[in-house]
Amino acid sequence: MKESNYIKLEFPSRSSNEAFARTAAAAFAAQLDPTLEELGDIKTAVSEAVTNAIVHAYPDSIGRIAMRLRIIKGSTLEISVRDWGKGIADVEQAMTPLFSTGGEERSGMGFTIMGSFMDKLRVRSSPGRGTTVVMQRFISPRQGLR
Amino acid sequence: MTINTAFNSGRLTLYLAGELDHHEARNTIRRIEELLDEYMPRDCVLDLAGLNFMDSSGIAVIIRVSRRMKTLGGRAWIENPAKQPQRVIDASGIDRLVPVAVGK
Ligand SMILES: Nc1ncnc2c1ncn2[C@@H]1O[C@H](COP(=O)(O)OP(=O)(O)OP(=O)(O)O)[C@@H](O)[C@H]1O
Ligand SMILES: [Mg+2]
Repeated sequence: MKESNYIKLEFPSRSSNEAFARTAAAAFAAQLDPTLEELGDIKTAVSEAVTNAIVHAYPDSIGRIAMRLRIIKGSTLEISVRDWGKGIADVEQAMTPLFSTGGEERSGMGFTIMGSFMDKLRVRSSPGRGTTVVMQRFISPRQGLR
Repeated sequence: MTINTAFNSGRLTLYLAGELDHHEARNTIRRIEELLDEYMPRDCVLDLAGLNFMDSSGIAVIIRVSRRMKTLGGRAWIENPAKQPQRVIDASGIDRLVPVAVGK
C-alpha cells in the first residue's frame, strides 16, 4: 500500500497558467505509473476545470485559483480545482452537453469531457461565492512493465 | 502552437503542432482566418498529427473553421489526429459535424 500523498497549488487566473497546471498534475500523477492515455486524460480534465475558472469565474478580473491533488485508496488520483469567483446558479444545466454562456469561443463541452475522462465528477457552486470541481480517476496498477 | 501550410489545387492543409488550449486559441483562430482569406481554398484540411495536446478550446477552433469554410462554399475536415486530440474529438462528438480522416 502506497502512502498517501498530496500537493496544493495556488495561482492567479492568467491563461498562461493553464499549461502549467496540467503539466504539474501530470507530474504528480506520474507516481501512480499511469499509461500515456491516462496521463492525457488527466491533463485534459485539469485543463478544462482550470480554463473554466479563468474564463467563467473571473471574466473581467484576475482572481485566485487553488488546485489540490491527492492520492486516495492507494491508486486513485483526486483533483480539486477551486475558485472564489462568479459561481454557477444552475449546476445541472451548466453540466449539460453544449450548454455554454461563453459565446463562439467556447463549445460547451468542458464538463462533458471532464465527465467522460474521469471516473467521478462533482461540482459545488454558489453564485457570487465560487465553484469547486472535484474529480477522481482510478489508475490501474501495471505489472511487469518496469 | 505553430501552423505550417501546404496549398495544392484549391486545398489548403494546415499542420497544427504543439498545444491548443484556451491560451493559444485566440491567436490560432486569427492566424487561420488570415490564411483562409489569403488562399481562399475550396477545401481546408486540419492535420493534427503534430498536435500534442488539445482541449475543448480546440474543439471551438475546429468548429469555427468548419463554419467559415461552409460560408465560403467549401469544406473542412480533420486528418491524422494524434491520440490525445482523437480522444477529445471522440468525447465531444464533433466528428458528426467535421469529418475525421485517418491515414492517406
Ligand atoms: N468555474 C466556473 N465559474 C462560473 N461558471 C462556470 C464555471 N465553470 C463552468 N461554468 C459555467 O458552466 C458552463 C459550462 O461549462 P463547460 O466547461 O461545460 O462549457 P464552456 O466552458 O462554456 O465551453 P468549453 O469548455 O467547451 O470551452 C459555462 O459556460 C459557464 O456558464
Ligand atoms: Mg469550459
